Amino acid sequence: MHEVVVLSGKGGTGKTSLTAAFAHLAQNKVICDLDVDAPDLHLIAAPSHVRSERFLSGHLAEIDPRVCTRCGVCEEVCAFGAIDRADGTFTVDPGHCEGCKACVVLCPAQAIRFPERDCGVWHQSESRFGPMVHAQLDPGQENSGKLVTLLKAEARREASRRGLDLILSDGAPGVGCPVISSLSQATLAVLVTEPTPSGRHDLERVAELCRHFRIPAAVVLNKADLDEGQATAIETLCRTMDMPLLGRLPHDPEVVWAMVKGQAITENPDSAFGSEVRRIWSWITDLLFNLPARTS
Amino acid sequence: MIVAVASGKGGTGKTTVTASLASTWGRPVAAVDLDVEEPNLHLFLKPEALREENAFLEVPTLPEPARCTACGACVDLCQFKALSLFGQRLAIFPELCHGCEGCFRVCPTGALVPGQRELGELSCGRTSEGLPWLSGRLRIGEAMSPPLMNQVRARMKALVAEEGVDVLVDAPPGVSCPALAAVQDADVILLVTEPTPFGLHDLKLAREAFKPLGRPMGVVINRAGLGDHGVHDFCRESGLPVVAEIPFSRAVAVHYAQGGVVAQMDEAMRERFTRLGESVRTLAGSRKEAAHA
Repeated sequence: MHEVVVLSGKGGTGKTSLTAAFAHLAQNKVICDLDVDAPDLHLIAAPSHVRSERFLSGHLAEIDPRVCTRCGVCEEVCAFGAIDRADGTFTVDPGHCEGCKACVVLCPAQAIRFPERDCGVWHQSESRFGPMVHAQLDPGQENSGKLVTLLKAEARREASRRGLDLILSDGAPGVGCPVISSLSQATLAVLVTEPTPSGRHDLERVAELCRHFRIPAAVVLNKADLDEGQATAIETLCRTMDMPLLGRLPHDPEVVWAMVKGQAITENPDSAFGSEVRRIWSWITDLLFNLPARTS
Repeated sequence: MIVAVASGKGGTGKTTVTASLASTWGRPVAAVDLDVEEPNLHLFLKPEALREENAFLEVPTLPEPARCTACGACVDLCQFKALSLFGQRLAIFPELCHGCEGCFRVCPTGALVPGQRELGELSCGRTSEGLPWLSGRLRIGEAMSPPLMNQVRARMKALVAEEGVDVLVDAPPGVSCPALAAVQDADVILLVTEPTPFGLHDLKLAREAFKPLGRPMGVVINRAGLGDHGVHDFCRESGLPVVAEIPFSRAVAVHYAQGGVVAQMDEAMRERFTRLGESVRTLAGSRKEAAHA
């Protein structure tokens, strides 16, 4: 089984639009939205939920005011500034609580409960492009990395159950926790960038991250005609870091019109942009043919 | 006054708005990059870095294994699997540590000693106009951005105390813990979006995430004219003021691609961001009035 994850470092370079097009083109796959924080792939894939589960992860400290002796030890030991004191009453600010348990263990009155934290919901769905696994982290929650790991495990289970040989994932921006989790055991990272100072800077960082975890990467240059100098610099970066440059896509409002219609760009048979994406996808399938598949 | 420039969706123009506001603010202002995973503000403000240093998180080490009695107190405490017992041997996985310091406190023999994990770099400097600039840059491979962000925030508060400047914060995208940490200190939150289904969906998430903070929020619609009416309708229905619109044009995109600050593109853009600055200060004033009422 192969796992392709679409990343970019910088947000808004076209990850989701491109993933949706790949999802439209690919056969025998499970699609997966690993941007659990601000997921958008469902707006194009239109999934119907088959199964929905709450995502419980980590814990949250809660002070029982009936047991609390107001000694202030919790405030002293909390490294995250999560203990609020008002009129001598101590409470935990859930927005700051890291769920580390230090106050729970060190409270001399054992006044602090430690219930599990409800962080969001995840879904197993049937979409216009086949089976889909996706989630929504509750706003302001953490543990997005764990939710990404859970989605990947569910996608693998779904793929083996149905005998499908590809997992196609839309990733999050950045290089932190959820992105690191989404790279785990990936066959190939497709990095979408744009010829702007930030596009290039952030591509370099996410490419370094792929190298750090020894995940092969390939690049798509979107909005390629915005600046020739930046585009050339990105080409050079791809050569230096040994990443194939899969294609150059133009800066084209057509991508937004497709999004407004809830369509993948490749669903319009007359789109020149769409044909270039088809060519890119066929190159990706060639690359996958030569990359080692996951065994389990 | 601290203004956070945030968004749910990435790539809507947070950095463009932050850099443009900084260049037209009209009174002393510092620019702070809290998108430590992908800091970009410096690419447009082009500051001279005066000081760069590494930032660290305090993590447990066991310099004298003989002092560990393998009692398991630290292992029971640690919620992040950074400590584990293999038979009588304690193993430490510093990259999983969240820095709660609880293990030092529960260790009965004092065997655990604070060590350091490198989080990334902290930089500070000045732009050519003399505006203070602060930034964090997460080390590649480091998973946790909030600890580094918190160190940048501490510097930011010191800067405000010393120089009495306003602050413009460039926040990371999304609506989870890093995005929330970035808007924590703000008096006003600007939500930058684009008038597309993706922009609308993530704007709704951002509003939901930031609303409990009770800060005034305003929306900046970038690439206005592209897409559909969803964002305008939502702002009207939910009472979110649209404080600026930046029209969609290839010229703006090209100017940005060349590393330009969009407010400096022409007189009309300059005027647009000067007015946005005034609207932001009015929004901040509305918060102060509400607090006094």
